[in-house]
Amino acid sequence: MSAPLLVGVLVAGGVFLVLLPGMVRIVFGFVLLGHAVNVLLVTAGGTGRTRAPLIGEEDPARMADPLPQAFVLTAIVITFGTTVYLLSMIRARSPGGRSEEPSG
Amino acid sequence: MSGVVLVLPVAVPLLAAGLLSLLPGKWPHRLVGAGVNAGVLLVGGVLLVRGLDGGIPTERIGGWPAGFAIVLAADPFSALMVCASAVLVTAALCFAAVCGQDGDRRFTPLVLVLAAGVYGALLTADLFNFFVFVEVMLVPSYVLLVLGSGRDAAAGRIYVTVGLLASSVFLAGVALVYGVAGTVNLGELAGAAERGPAFALAGAVVLLGMAVKAAVVPFHGWLPRTYPRAPAAVSVLFAGLLTKVGVYAIIRIYAVFFGGAPQFRWVVMAAALLTMAVGVLGALGERTMRDVLSFDLVSQIGYALFGLALFTGLGLTAAVFFMVQYVLVKTVLFMCAGAVEHVYGSDRLDLLGGLLRKEPLLAGVFLVAALSLAGIPPLSGFVAKLGLLRAAVAEEEYLPAAVAVVTSLLTLAAMLKVWSRVFWSRPSPVSALPGWAGPRPVLLAPAVVLAVPSVAFGLGAEPLWRVAETAAGGLLDVSAYVRAVTR
Repeated sequence: MSAPLLVGVLVAGGVFLVLLPGMVRIVFGFVLLGHAVNVLLVTAGGTGRTRAPLIGEEDPARMADPLPQAFVLTAIVITFGTTVYLLSMIRARSPGGRSEEPSG
Repeated sequence: MSGVVLVLPVAVPLLAAGLLSLLPGKWPHRLVGAGVNAGVLLVGGVLLVRGLDGGIPTERIGGWPAGFAIVLAADPFSALMVCASAVLVTAALCFAAVCGQDGDRRFTPLVLVLAAGVYGALLTADLFNFFVFVEVMLVPSYVLLVLGSGRDAAAGRIYVTVGLLASSVFLAGVALVYGVAGTVNLGELAGAAERGPAFALAGAVVLLGMAVKAAVVPFHGWLPRTYPRAPAAVSVLFAGLLTKVGVYAIIRIYAVFFGGAPQFRWVVMAAALLTMAVGVLGALGERTMRDVLSFDLVSQIGYALFGLALFTGLGLTAAVFFMVQYVLVKTVLFMCAGAVEHVYGSDRLDLLGGLLRKEPLLAGVFLVAALSLAGIPPLSGFVAKLGLLRAAVAEEEYLPAAVAVVTSLLTLAAMLKVWSRVFWSRPSPVSALPGWAGPRPVLLAPAVVLAVPSVAFGLGAEPLWRVAETAAGGLLDVSAYVRAVTR
C-alpha cells in the first residue's frame, strides 16, 4: 500500500513543481517525476519478495525479481544524465542575453 | 551470420561517433558520417531482401536463451524504416556539410549517436530496450537543437522538458506492462491487451508516451515551437526522423500488443482525424516557411495514424508507403526552407518574394515536393493518399475519408500560399539587396537527390507498394514476427 501512495505523492509534487514558473523548479519537478517512475518500476516486480536476487542462489519464490532492478538502474542513469543537461542549460543562460520568454 | 548484420546498424555508428570525437577535422567527419550511414542503408537493404523472402532475421543479444534475451528483429516493416532513415540521415549530413553547419566538432558524432538510437529503436523487439534506444536518440537531439549560432534557449528548454515528460510517461507504461505481464518482450506480449483491462491500460500508457513524441494532437504543441527554431540542418534531420520513430512505435505496439484491437480503433481514428485537421489549420495561419512546414508535419502524422486506424491490408500498406515517401518529401521541403534561410537570413513569408526568377532550381524542387505533400498526381504523395482513401471507402468510413480529402485540399492551399509568397510574387527588398548571390547549386544537391525518388515512387510506385504490402501483412498477422522473436 505504501508504494502506490509514494508514487502518488511523488507525481503530485512533481507535477506541481513543473507547473511553477522558474526553470530550477521545473527541474526539481522532473526529478520527482523520474523518481515516481523509478518506484513504479521497482515495485513492478512485486513488493512481497524482498531477499537479494541471484546472490547465494536463494529460493526463487522469496528472492526479488532482478529484472526491474536492472530496469530502474538504467532509468536512473538516463534521468540523471538528462537532469544534469537541463541544469547545464540553466547555467548556460547568459544574463541579459536574448529574451527568455518561450515563443507562442 | 544474420545475427551480426542486425547489430551493425547500432554498433557501427556508435563506434564511429566515438572515433570521430577524438579526430578533429571536417572532412574525416563528413566522410565517415556519410559512409557509415550509407553502409547502414546497404545493411537495411540486405535485411529487407532477407525479410521479403519470408524468414525474419533475428538476433538474441548476448546469446541468452529465448525469453531472457533482448531480441533484435528485422521484419520487412522495420527494415524498410531503417532504409528510409539511413537515406535521411545521409542526406541531412550532406546538407549540413554544404550549409557549413557541421563546423562544430561535436555535430557529426552527435548525429551518429542519434542515428544509432534510431536504428536500434526500429530494430528492437523489447519494450525496455526500445525505451533505451529512444533515449539514445533523444539526448543528442537535445544538444543538437541548441548547438551552433542562433541558438534559441527557449525552444531548447521546451524540447528537453517535453521530451523528458514523454520519456517518463513511456517508462511508466513499460513498468506497468512488466507489472501485469511479467515480460517486456514484444513477442511474448502479442495480443496481451485481450487478457484484461489492466493490460490494455498499461498498453495505453505506453502509447501515450509515444504519442507525445510523435506529436499527435493534443500533444503536438511542442513541435511547432521547437523545430522551426533549430538550425536549418538540424531541423532537416529532426523533421523526417524523430516523429517517425514515434509513429513506428505506435504502429508496432498497436499491431503486436493490442493485436489491432477493433474496440480501440475509434480512439486511433479520432486521434488521426484531429491531428490531420489541427495540423493543417495551424499551417494555414503561420507566417514563416518552417512554421508552416512544422504544422504540416503534424498534419501528415495524422495520415499515417489514419491508415493504422483502418487496420486492413490496404490501409496498413498505404500507411507504410505513406511513411516512407513522406520521409523523403518532408526532408526536401525542410531543405528548401533551410536553403532559403541560409542564403537570405530569413524564411518569413512577408519578407521574401520573387525567388522563382532568382533560383529556378530551388523553386522547382520545392514545387515538386509541395505538390507531392498535397497529394497531386503523378507524385508519390498522391499514390499514398489514394491508397488511404480507397482503404477508408472499402471500410465504409466515409466521414474520415472526407476529412482526409479536405485536409489534403487545405494542405495544397497552405503550400500554394508559401509558393506564391516566396517564389511567385514580386521580388521583395530582401532578395533584391546587392550581394545576394543565391544559393550555390551544391546547396540544393541533397534536395534534388531526394526529390528524385519522390517522383520515381509516384510514377513507378509498384515496387515500393509491393514491399509495403509485405510489411503490412506482417503487421496484420504478427504470428511470423512472434515466432521469430520468441524462437
